[in-house]
Amino acid sequence: MKTLGINIKKEQEKAIEYVKSQGLRVLVCAGTGCLACGANEVIEKFKQLGASVSTMTDKDKITTVPTGCHGFCEQGVLVAIPDLNTTYVKVKVEDVEEIFNSHILNGKPVERLLYEDPATGKKALHTEDINFYAKQTRAALANCGKINPESLEEALSVRAYEALAKVLTENEPDKVIDEIEKSGLRGRGGGGFPTGRKWRSVARYKGGKSYVICNGDEGDPGAFMDRSVMEDDPHKLLEGMAIAAFAIGADEGYIYVRAEYPLAIERLKHAIKDATERNFLGDNIMGTDFSFKIHIKEGAGAFVCGESSALIASIEGERGMPRPKNIHMAEKGLFKRPTLLNNVETFANVPLIILNGSEWFNSMGTETSKGTKTFALTGEVNNNGLIEIPMNTTLREIIFDIGGGIRNGKKFKAVQLGGPSGGCLTEKHLDMPMDYDMLKKEGAMVGSGGLVVMNEDTCIVEVARFFMNFTQHESCGKCTPCREGTKNMLAILNKIVEGKGTMEDLDTLEELAEVVKESSLCGLGKSAPNPVLSTLKYFRDEYIAHIRDKKCPAGVCTALKTYTINPEKCKGCSKCSRNCPVGAIDGVIKSPFKIDQNKCIKCGACMNGCAFNAIELS
Amino acid sequence: MTNCTVKIDFDKINEILQCYNYEKSSLIAILQKVQGIYNFLPEDAITYIGEHIEGLSPATVYGVATFYSQFSLEPKGKYEIKVCDGTACHVRGSSAVLTAIKEKLKLDTGKYTTPDGLFSLEIVNCLGACALAPAVVINGKVHAKMTPEAITLIIDTLIKDERE
Repeated sequence: MKTLGINIKKEQEKAIEYVKSQGLRVLVCAGTGCLACGANEVIEKFKQLGASVSTMTDKDKITTVPTGCHGFCEQGVLVAIPDLNTTYVKVKVEDVEEIFNSHILNGKPVERLLYEDPATGKKALHTEDINFYAKQTRAALANCGKINPESLEEALSVRAYEALAKVLTENEPDKVIDEIEKSGLRGRGGGGFPTGRKWRSVARYKGGKSYVICNGDEGDPGAFMDRSVMEDDPHKLLEGMAIAAFAIGADEGYIYVRAEYPLAIERLKHAIKDATERNFLGDNIMGTDFSFKIHIKEGAGAFVCGESSALIASIEGERGMPRPKNIHMAEKGLFKRPTLLNNVETFANVPLIILNGSEWFNSMGTETSKGTKTFALTGEVNNNGLIEIPMNTTLREIIFDIGGGIRNGKKFKAVQLGGPSGGCLTEKHLDMPMDYDMLKKEGAMVGSGGLVVMNEDTCIVEVARFFMNFTQHESCGKCTPCREGTKNMLAILNKIVEGKGTMEDLDTLEELAEVVKESSLCGLGKSAPNPVLSTLKYFRDEYIAHIRDKKCPAGVCTALKTYTINPEKCKGCSKCSRNCPVGAIDGVIKSPFKIDQNKCIKCGACMNGCAFNAIELS
Repeated sequence: MTNCTVKIDFDKINEILQCYNYEKSSLIAILQKVQGIYNFLPEDAITYIGEHIEGLSPATVYGVATFYSQFSLEPKGKYEIKVCDGTACHVRGSSAVLTAIKEKLKLDTGKYTTPDGLFSLEIVNCLGACALAPAVVINGKVHAKMTPEAITLIIDTLIKDERE
């Protein structure tokens, strides 16, 4: 046992007092999604109104808090008032005054700005009435949207650095590793490697210089969980890294953040500065002999840098190309020193496990997959946003309960998990629980947590082509199977969506997929064929329809469709001609118009705008 | 390499190099700073950096600059249009938006900057604004839920503003 130079409980009490002194807290989401919908104006308006009430005493004063992402991005701008237990959705700057006057000052909720359940039409008066939130278990994301991410005080009020203080007091690094191992936490970046075991393998080389790296290169298209942790609760990540550093005996760390996340970089820098000033990071943390410095490294836009050895090459300032794995990173990683690399969400779980105990964590989930997992729920689902659920939750619960089902009353077709490394699952998998190993067996993966829902209008072959185009483009070119294999697979898929494929192409595609999977150097190549293999497994009919019948069943593949105007139905109103972005439609008012097929880019703008259903797609 | 002639202020580059202690491992950050000044990486700057950091050569710097998609060896337009083609945006119709932009700006295949230097187009993987899909970012401003018509209108407005 060690006595620390900082009494964390006292710091916490002070922080809670500080938060209380803010009075009524109006939490406005300032995440990327809401900012794009005008959150800044909403914040300014609230601040202005709050300040103008001069009669207010200290007790009932109002503080507008710009927070991180509330998760329910679909409904932005989100305004939550926890003291009134209400969340307002789709708030515009012109609505602020009404919320302020009616609800905050006079206790009357503004009904029209409450969330309406699309299934029942009922308004959600209280935050917990919103299905999207009700069915989640927020642990790693618990503070996202609840605190001002730029305030260390607010982070302390929700127990930041308490877990670090605990492990420093106990001063038994091996016990920390035991606890993480017992919790059953597995790497949240996609691989699912047991975190405790990874820590132990690095701790073996304790003594000299070691590093802790956080992989924040969240490159999977359709995934933004890590961004949320970095932007909304940066201290949790820093604390997790510090605990890891203490456990494995490291004194320096790096967070590798992709350049597309400028806000995350800014917030992390801010948090590191604050935490260092208060001695939660830096030299002799909390008066002990443990020191830990964290640097930020900005990526420069290369998906492959999410691969551990490529990421290290990139931190060292080189081309981000993977290195052969015959030398283990635990022994010789960054600058040839022992290195521990974990994903953002993995680190974010660490303080929670230390505070609540490993039993709390492994009481959730399945036999082999414990705890909670965050997902970015996107695509053709009603409630887009960021969610966190216990492992073991089924896809049906995620898509239909939390996600509110498929938008516009369309039919569910498939869900894509794990991004370009994952696969598509179908209706028959809907009742499958979230579990690393079960998903893998079915050809998908938990991955980093991208969950893209597709409806009947999505062409599966085109989606497979999309992912192959992505991985081909991001292949670093170092090893032949990935460089050449993905290129040729993409060529075949392009042929198929253009209606020029042959049945032999399917065999070649499958053969190539196996070779790329088996013989590529790194995870990018090894997993690149997954989207193709899983769609060939579950949607072979669609491939065949493209090849044999020259038809795209979903009506997506441009080369296989033509827009024409039915002269019987066309009233000659000229709307389509005005809507056409390329001027391909011409005609004389009040007589049928015509589409110039050579100019037509097949965007469908004419069809969407036609009031007489005169535009036909074949 | 590029044939663009831009006057390089080597003092400024020296300042950046000093700021990073002429460290080899800071090359990416150095290139980011230089690109921050010129909006792209001029050939002379690449050569200079390669010659002034120990352990590097102009060829290695060129290798790093061409590896990462963030770096551009050609000047970008006054308006940088980034079209997100991440999965969520793709599923919700980013291809049509992209085609409309290409048509509007009359960009041929393989060309990404308009001859007048007003617009440049970039396809990015995921901006993390998936709930706003399809998203287009113009000079840092996110335009949510785009359609071919909406983006055409936005570009038209920008062109009109420029003429005035």
